[in-house]
Amino acid sequence: MKFIKIEKEKWAVGLEKLSDAYRLFGPVKESDFHNFKRIEKGELPDLICLNTRLSPKTLVYPQAEAMFEYSLDESREDHHIMKEIEKDITPQAVIGIRPCDAKAFILVRKNFDTPEYQDPYWLRAYESTTFVGLACHFPCTSCFCTTAGCGPFHEEGLDVLLVDAEDHYLAKALTDKGEGFLSAAGWDAEVKKDRAAKQIEAEKQKAEDKITTLINTDRLKQIDTVDLYKAPFWEDVAFSCINCGTCTYVCPTCWCFDIQDENRGASGMRIRIWDSCMFPLFTLHGSGHNPRNTKVHRVRQRFMHKLKYYVDKYDSGIQCVGCGRCVRLCPVNIDIRRVCDMMNNYGAGQDTCAA
Amino acid sequence: MTFYETVNVEYSIFKGASVQNPYLPYPVRIDGIVVESEDKNLKTFKFVFLNPEDEAKFAYKSGQFAELSVTGKGEIPIGIASSPTEKGFVMFTVNKVGLVSSYLHAMKVGDIMGIRGPFGNWFPWEQMEGKNIVIIGGGFAFTTLRSSIIYMLDPANRSKFKDINVIYGARAPGMLLYRDELVKWEKRDDINMHITVDGTDDPNWKYNTGFVPTITEQKAPVADDNTYAIVCGPPIMIKFTQPVLDKLGYSHDKIIMSLENRMKCGIGMCGRCNIGKEFVCKDGPVFTLEQLNKTPREY
Repeated sequence: MKFIKIEKEKWAVGLEKLSDAYRLFGPVKESDFHNFKRIEKGELPDLICLNTRLSPKTLVYPQAEAMFEYSLDESREDHHIMKEIEKDITPQAVIGIRPCDAKAFILVRKNFDTPEYQDPYWLRAYESTTFVGLACHFPCTSCFCTTAGCGPFHEEGLDVLLVDAEDHYLAKALTDKGEGFLSAAGWDAEVKKDRAAKQIEAEKQKAEDKITTLINTDRLKQIDTVDLYKAPFWEDVAFSCINCGTCTYVCPTCWCFDIQDENRGASGMRIRIWDSCMFPLFTLHGSGHNPRNTKVHRVRQRFMHKLKYYVDKYDSGIQCVGCGRCVRLCPVNIDIRRVCDMMNNYGAGQDTCAA
Repeated sequence: MTFYETVNVEYSIFKGASVQNPYLPYPVRIDGIVVESEDKNLKTFKFVFLNPEDEAKFAYKSGQFAELSVTGKGEIPIGIASSPTEKGFVMFTVNKVGLVSSYLHAMKVGDIMGIRGPFGNWFPWEQMEGKNIVIIGGGFAFTTLRSSIIYMLDPANRSKFKDINVIYGARAPGMLLYRDELVKWEKRDDINMHITVDGTDDPNWKYNTGFVPTITEQKAPVADDNTYAIVCGPPIMIKFTQPVLDKLGYSHDKIIMSLENRMKCGIGMCGRCNIGKEFVCKDGPVFTLEQLNKTPREY
């Protein structure tokens, strides 16, 4: 593991070099908020940004993605046969990704990379990506990463951790990919391990202390699924929900998708697009029957999936990294932290109010 | 080796043909179409693989399903109605309900489309060897049950199972699937058929009349440790059959059910078909009632 000091005056030059070897992405301000965009040669990511409105999941898992193409023209030999589409999987690097968003990919991977099946689109894009994280010195008030299996300096899922140290960045190379990235930029001023590690540890402690909202998840695994499903608080939790789906679109760990064929004339593409458990169509049977036909079912599905089913299925932590986007952007102020507490406390004799 | 090359070696494992894309259907040709029901809403499609080697890759067991891929329209998850003992084709019976199934119903012999699969688990054949089997089916949920019956009656397999009872009902005689085969099975002495319809005005109807739960109560053997019940049918049938099986003493680990839910991917990734932590497409569609009792049963 290497520590590299990147003088800020060498930042732009390094990025310029990198743009020859990588497709670079980073936070860019558009109107009132930031999102991850392509950084072309000569451009700089805006690392002042606290966090982007949308998570960078789209860089590995686009909101709409072509899977296959086909022809419906029967005069062609290959008509009606699905053909793979060439994808650009040359190296890309995401600069300024927050540790929570990088950790989210680790959680999502459990869904797309299983012993039985591997999703080639997600995996190829993920493997082609170098994650250059930016540690958070000033977490938002809605952040609760430290109790969601993550943290403002969390390293899991990152190839490089950048720590802003005023006139320079201290870069911790966490993987071979990360070392390759730093050397491709020409950033090679190695600093003493002990001192750098100590400096980062101190900053990490300060940042973690700033996160004051905490969730408890210790009882989620032991509570019976059916009991929790039948808990009376779901009606209250769902009461104000308008099923807009914002929470699922901004969430870095939501991965549900739909597959559709789109035709234009005699040719077309099979595409996949993000879908949401908030929408009735998501589970509607051809017969008209819908197993999740009320919004209570759908709201419950979202929270149960993230905080109970995922925990049980993979014998792991929750499917949430505490980025707080759904808390900030929900139009009716549904707060996953309160729901998590209600679930975690269920049957423990402590009632939590939904309101 | 430069860094750039190192990275590319790493990616090349995904580029190679050795990694199967689970979303890519095998191309097939429609080889036969049979209208199954008098309302013409149920048709059976026989498919042959355009690339003969794909048939071996599609090795399946009774109880599994596949995604039928109608190019330009989309995919539908359908239980496999043919049996692994039948070679040279695969067969599916499709109810006409939505966009894809309606389009498929209008397709002709010779048309090209695709099949992905097989997906999901199957009826627990290994566990059921040496046991009595009671098949309880209703309506058009008889497809994977047909596969199962053909499989068990195959000369190479029949001795592996003890008594086979089949209770199969539909609304009316003209709504029963696979009528020619039902007649043939009725005449055999190594399978006990109990065919029923909800009602009929046909004076020549020589089988049972009554709902599946009622006929089950009259005809199904009393439970013992060596008897498994496989139940597939519409929700209302399942709802009223379960108390009957309880009464006959079937334990919930010996009641096998096959579920349906809306699906897209078929491989446990797209997120819509779950009942609790189980994906119906990948962890199912076959579950014991004992397993289902531990889920929210959102199906």
